[in-house]
Amino acid sequence: MGDGRTKLTLAILGIIVILIAPHLFYPLFLVKVICFALFACAFKLAMGTAGLLSFGHAAFFGGGAYVAAHVAKVWGFPFELAVLAGAASAALLGLAFGVISIRRHGIYFAMITLALAQLVYFVALQAPFTHSEDGIQGVPRGYLFGLVDLSGTYAMYYTSAGIFLIGFLIIVRIIHSPFGKILDAIREDPARALSLGYDIDRFRLLAFVLSAALSGLAGATKTIAFQFASLTDVHWATSGDVILMALLGGIGTTFGPVVGAIVIVSLDEFLADSGLPIQPIIGTIFVLCILLFRNGVVGTLERWLKHSAPKQAEGLTA
Amino acid sequence: MTMSLPVLSGQLLVGLINGSFYAILSLGLSIIFGLLGIVNLTQGAFYMVGAFFAWMLLQWLGIGYWGALILAPLGVAAIGVILELVLIRRIYRLDHSYGLLLTFGLLLIIQGSFVYIFGTAGQPYPIPDELRGGYNLGFMFLPKYRVWVVVVALGLCFATWYSIERTWLGRTLRAATEKPALTRAFGINVPRLVTVGFGLGVGLSGLAGVLAAPIYAVSPLMGADIIIVVFAVVVIGGMGSILGSIVSGVSLGLLEGLTKVVYPQASSSVIFVMMILVLLVKPTGLFGWEK
Repeated sequence: MGDGRTKLTLAILGIIVILIAPHLFYPLFLVKVICFALFACAFKLAMGTAGLLSFGHAAFFGGGAYVAAHVAKVWGFPFELAVLAGAASAALLGLAFGVISIRRHGIYFAMITLALAQLVYFVALQAPFTHSEDGIQGVPRGYLFGLVDLSGTYAMYYTSAGIFLIGFLIIVRIIHSPFGKILDAIREDPARALSLGYDIDRFRLLAFVLSAALSGLAGATKTIAFQFASLTDVHWATSGDVILMALLGGIGTTFGPVVGAIVIVSLDEFLADSGLPIQPIIGTIFVLCILLFRNGVVGTLERWLKHSAPKQAEGLTA
Repeated sequence: MTMSLPVLSGQLLVGLINGSFYAILSLGLSIIFGLLGIVNLTQGAFYMVGAFFAWMLLQWLGIGYWGALILAPLGVAAIGVILELVLIRRIYRLDHSYGLLLTFGLLLIIQGSFVYIFGTAGQPYPIPDELRGGYNLGFMFLPKYRVWVVVVALGLCFATWYSIERTWLGRTLRAATEKPALTRAFGINVPRLVTVGFGLGVGLSGLAGVLAAPIYAVSPLMGADIIIVVFAVVVIGGMGSILGSIVSGVSLGLLEGLTKVVYPQASSSVIFVMMILVLLVKPTGLFGWEK
C-alpha cells in the first residue's frame, strides 16, 4: 500500500542527507562512516541474510585495503581499478574461506573464520609488501576516471558516497531477488530448503563471496580515502566491530547496519579524544545488545511501528 | 639452516609447554561447550586474568607463587561463577551464536580494562626459588620450571579426564549435558551443576595462567592471542572430545615448536594451516563428529 511511497520518501531523504552532511560534519569523518556502513551492510548480507556468522570479516576488509593500497601506490593503478582490485581480491579470499569452512555451520563456522582471519593477519604482519607494523602509507588518491581530482576532500567524499550507494543498492537488490529469498529459506530452515532440492552450501558460498567482495570494496575505499592500510584493518577486533555495528543497528533490517556504523564510528571518534577506555565501553554495548536488544535499533523501531500501526487504524475506524 | 640437537630439543620443549597450555584451554572450552552449548571466548581472557592475579598477589599482598597457584584459580572461578549467574545464564535458550557474541563482548570488557589499567607492556613474574635452575642433560639445558609446568599441565589434563569419565561428578555432568530434563527428574540441581561446570572450566584457564606467568610476560593481550590458536586446535581435534583436546593440543604445540626450527617464519601460522588441511579432508575434526 503506502510501502512503496515510504521507500521512495526514505530514499529521497537519504540522498538529501548524503548531499548536505559534508557541510555539517567533517567530510573525512563521514567517509569513515560511509566505508564502515558499507562494510556493515556487506556483513549483514552474510549473517542477516545467509545466516553465516563470520568472525573473520576483517580479513576481507583489510585484505581489500592492502591490495588497493599496493596496486595504487606501487603499480600505479588509477583509483577505480585499485578499488576494484581490492574488491576482487577480497572475493577470491572469501571464496577460499568459504570452500574451507562452508561445510561447518553455526559456531564452528564462526570459529573457523576467526582462525582463518588470524592467518591472514599473520601474513599481513610478515609479508614484505604489507610493511608489517608500518602498513602501507602515502597511498595516492589519484583521479576518478582520470578526470576528477580526488585530493580534494569533497570530491573524495562524494566519490565514496557514490561507491556506498552502488554497494548498498547491490545488497538491497540481492536481498529482494529470488536468490535472496532462497537464502532466507536456507537460514530459517536448512533441512527443508535441502529437501526442496536446493544445494544449500553452494548458495551460502555465493552469498559469502558476495559479502566478502563488498567488504573488500569498503576496505579499499577507506584505504584510498585515508591513504594508508594498516594491521588494524585485518585485526580480529575489526571483525568484532562490524558484527557489533550490524547487530546494534538490527541484523534483520536493511538500514540497521548503516545506523549501527554511524553510532559506533561516532562513538569511537568521540572516545578516542576523551581518553576513556574504548574497548570496555564497546564490549559493554555488545553485551547489552545481546541481552536486551537483539533486534537492534532499527529492528526495534520497525517492530514498534508495526505494533502501533494497527492500533492507530482501529482508532481511526472507531 | 643447520639443525642442531640443542636447538631442536629446546624448541620441542617450548612446543610441549605451549601445547600443554593449548590442551588445558581447549579442555576448559570443551567442558563448557558440552555443558552450556556456549563457545566461551573469555577462556583466553581468564587465562590472562589468572596470570595477572598471580602478579597482583605478589606485588600488592606479597603472596608468592605457591599461594597464587591456589588463590588465583579460585578468584578466576569466582568471577566466572558470578558472570554465569548474572549474564550468561540468560541466553541458554537462544541460538549458540549468541553465546559466542556475548562472551566476545565480555572478552572486550575484561581485556580492555586490563589494557586501560596496565598498558600493553608485559610485567615480569619471577620463577619460585624452589624451581630455579635446571638439569644439564649433556645435549641441552633443561630448566626445572619448564619440567614442572609440563608435569603439572599433563597431570591436570589427566585429572580432568579422569574426573569427567570416572567419577560421580563427571557422570552427573555428562548426564546433565546429554539429557538435562531427565537428570533433573532424578533430583539433581542441573542449573547449579552448570554453574559449577562453568567455574571449573574457567578456573582451569586461571590455573594455566598462573603456570604461564613465569614463562611469558604477564600481559593483557596474552589471552586473546592464545584463544584464537586454541579455537583452531579445537576445530582440528573436534569439539567435545576430552581426549581429543589433550592429544591435539599437545601435538600441535610440538608441531609449532618443530616449525620454529625448520621454518621460523611459519611458526605462528602452522596451526592454522594444519586446520585448513584437516577441514578439507575431514570437516568434523580428527576426533569429532557432527551432532
